Amino acid sequence: MTFEDLLEQQAKEIARQQGLRERIYCCTAAGCVSSGADAIKKAIDEEIKARGVGAEVECCGTGCMGLCSKGPLVRTQSDGTIYAAVTPEDAGALVAGQGANLLADRKLDPQADFFIKQEKIVLANSGTVDPERLSDYIAAGGYQALARAVMELTPQQVIEEVKRSGLRGRGGAGYSTGLKWELVAKQPVDTKYVVCNADEGDPGAFMDRSILEGDPHRVLEGMAIAGYAVGAQQGYIYVRGEYGLAIQRLQAAIKQAERERLLGSRIFEDNFQFRIDLRIGAGAFVCGEETALIASIEGKRGQPRQRPPYPPESGLWGKPTLLNNVETFGNIAPIVAKGGDWFATIGTPTSKGTKVFALAGKIENTGLIEVPMGTSLRTIVFEIGGGIPEGRAFKAAQTGGPSGGCIPPQFLDIPVDYESLHKIGSIMGSGGLIVMDDTSCMVDVARFFMDFCMDESCGKCIPCRAGTVQMHDILQRITKGEANENDVALLEQLAKLLRETSLCGLGQTAPNPVMSTLNYFSGEYEAHIRDHRCPAGHCVLPAAASSNREVQA
Amino acid sequence: MGAVNGNGKATLATVWLGGCSGCHMSLLDLDERLLDLASKMELKASPLTDYKDFPEVDVVLVEGAVANSEHLEHIRTVRERSKILVSFGDCAVTGNVTAMRNAFGVDDVLNTAYRDNSTVIIGIPVGNHIVPGLLERVRPVHEVVKVDYFLPGCPPSADAIFEFVAALIEGREPSLEGRKFG
Amino acid sequence: MSVRTLEIDGKAVTGVAGQSIFSVAWDNGIHIPRLCHVGGVSDVGACRLCMVEVEGQRKLVAACMTPVEEGMVIRTNTEQLLAHRRLIVELLFAERNHICAVCVVNGACELQDLAASLGIDHVRLRYRFPTLSVDTSHERFGLDHNRCVLCSRCIRVCDEVEGAHTWDFSGRGVNSLLISDLGEAWGESESCTSCGKCVQVCPTGALFAKGKMVSEMRKDRRFLKYIVTAREKHEWVR
Repeated sequence: MTFEDLLEQQAKEIARQQGLRERIYCCTAAGCVSSGADAIKKAIDEEIKARGVGAEVECCGTGCMGLCSKGPLVRTQSDGTIYAAVTPEDAGALVAGQGANLLADRKLDPQADFFIKQEKIVLANSGTVDPERLSDYIAAGGYQALARAVMELTPQQVIEEVKRSGLRGRGGAGYSTGLKWELVAKQPVDTKYVVCNADEGDPGAFMDRSILEGDPHRVLEGMAIAGYAVGAQQGYIYVRGEYGLAIQRLQAAIKQAERERLLGSRIFEDNFQFRIDLRIGAGAFVCGEETALIASIEGKRGQPRQRPPYPPESGLWGKPTLLNNVETFGNIAPIVAKGGDWFATIGTPTSKGTKVFALAGKIENTGLIEVPMGTSLRTIVFEIGGGIPEGRAFKAAQTGGPSGGCIPPQFLDIPVDYESLHKIGSIMGSGGLIVMDDTSCMVDVARFFMDFCMDESCGKCIPCRAGTVQMHDILQRITKGEANENDVALLEQLAKLLRETSLCGLGQTAPNPVMSTLNYFSGEYEAHIRDHRCPAGHCVLPAAASSNREVQA
Repeated sequence: MGAVNGNGKATLATVWLGGCSGCHMSLLDLDERLLDLASKMELKASPLTDYKDFPEVDVVLVEGAVANSEHLEHIRTVRERSKILVSFGDCAVTGNVTAMRNAFGVDDVLNTAYRDNSTVIIGIPVGNHIVPGLLERVRPVHEVVKVDYFLPGCPPSADAIFEFVAALIEGREPSLEGRKFG
Repeated sequence: MSVRTLEIDGKAVTGVAGQSIFSVAWDNGIHIPRLCHVGGVSDVGACRLCMVEVEGQRKLVAACMTPVEEGMVIRTNTEQLLAHRRLIVELLFAERNHICAVCVVNGACELQDLAASLGIDHVRLRYRFPTLSVDTSHERFGLDHNRCVLCSRCIRVCDEVEGAHTWDFSGRGVNSLLISDLGEAWGESESCTSCGKCVQVCPTGALFAKGKMVSEMRKDRRFLKYIVTAREKHEWVR
């Protein structure tokens, strides 16, 4: 395909879509599917057939529309309305164009904070294109950034653009994407690899999953641009095996792109060639760590290794390897299309662009959101998120999953960016945001995350393998009223050990939920230990009288 | 620790919990040095003497792990009445052989001992004052009460014991030289 | 061969480019504790006992995995490092059932030696007492999982020196378990050559020769030096 072909296809598809009386978008991302979206899509398709209006009405599945808690969601193209809690019985009204009248009670207010306080770059196509149709993506301007990169820019210019954007890794650590690309590009080696980390595993996090399910071509395009920039001809997407729908859509998308010569050899009639293959993870959280992920692709046991050397120098099969997260790649096409300067106008001085968050826990609007960096936690939780259900009080927000921390109410007004979150003992992480109300016991939250780390530790280094077990044991004893102050001191020593001596990020950050809760909610630990009382009323403890006759050494 | 004060001689007791008594044998291996110690210490209670009620003492050497309900009760009394409590030997310090049953669970242990391998009276003894109930888990002494000093070894050698007790009497830190762990 | 000059614990030392901090330190009589390292096979940096401080670096580094650099100033035995090492060894004792009193290498065990040298006289952590098996299916050797510290020395020596790769780990985290072949009993392993190298490099009594009583077994690793010298220098000298 040439650039002209691409533009022609785009014009054709836009015209086709505009020629329709109605295009009904039915959210078929994981959240809505779990509340019955497939049946709705089927009912609408059958309704179209039954009425014989196939030429004027079309129904397509899309990626996540964001407000998962109100699903299944359906959007009508003609007026842009999103309907909540749709059922298969609504198919008739929707196909007949009667949604506005008959489903008025389930119309979501487009002026609600949930919609207007967001800014969508990565998720721009999610909910508006059919992820299973390449032409939908092309109609939305897809692959034009790749065309621009390959036809107009040198690899170095692409890297400059990414550097100018100020984009930082969205997997959590926040390393400068442009610098990383430059490191790989500089290596004087012929064979290099581009790897997309889609092994999203934080509890409650579904950003990458939604991006892959909703707009797979966006990720492929970002990877291809990266391949061009760093001089790689082969890309791998390491996607977790649990993401069946994402895998299926990625496989389909790769095939479509190859057929149209948007991947493969002689892309845009240039000498640039780039292939992408999938590698399916087998359920180990640690394989999200870059060196473990690389080992897994190589067919070895998924265990991290010592860094340096870092993957840009020596990665997959010892070759220079660019490893970025799904959301990072999702930002690339817009940056190349609109320029790094445009991107850099969004966000804060050190954290540019937007961030996708998965809102979960005790919050009214659970779902997927994208906000400019620097948006306050208060805006996210109370305006976009709609606040805490049942009139309960906000207690903490957990970011960064098992590597992150719990943010107490006094920090609700801090801007959400890499530095600010780090300063208060949490991390940006990949975008999981779990909200807790006053019924959540913070000791139990710490115990939960430690349980997760203990389960997911690969077992290679001693501090993580055996230390997480001991930390979990102490936390569990605290929640059962079987611990004393010495145990807390030991917990702190173990935390320091894991942080300073563990081999990889999993172990180094595993103590974070413990340390942040000890820091901000030490009263809850004391209540469990001294008074045998759980302030949140969550833990069941024996009465204090029968308690601690045991004095510890 | 501070010097062992008291009017005249320091008082000593030894306690035997879940262990093989090998540590006590090693203590007896002090041989003539026992006379040395006897001139400086008074042995108030031990498995070798008859006592009904555990006395107040300056130093107590505790052999064995906490394995049954009697041990649990006794060690708490011992702790209350002793100034310095020493975990004496590996069973007290780590659980050691006594704790090997922890990997199997109480039921398996009792069945193996009283049902599967018993040829005389077959059945697990129940009721008070017959056999003290086994704890779910055998535990080292410091998991149950505060321990002031640890003297590992299976058993600790007579030399190590002598150095240790002599140091306690003299009010200095016992030398760790030549000591091993586990 | 280019030389690197650096300082370890206040002592000026030299090493060659590419040599690890660990190796240079030992060459100069500074014995950094270790458990997963064994001379003659590759390093993996798994036990974390050899973590040291390098001036100007925010993070501790594993001495066995970090090559020396010109002008490095390294401290190997600060209070903090010793505290970390003690806790790591305590973690190992609590992790499985190390009943030294009934072990073939009692008194000649690297784990025991580490504990003694670090001044450990008790374990502050709760012992886990896991239920683990003993594999005595091999006619000459045995594997006692209760004493295994998962250092992977046996895996590496079998793979890199003997070339059999009989051993590897199954499971993960605290449930990691040393297995022969694909989980068959050791005695049934088709790849095992019964060379016994794994037994000799094992730091504890996890891998042992049959027929030895408590405290009777002594491990001998001189063969490794012999083989490595032969392989690298083509000198067949003991």
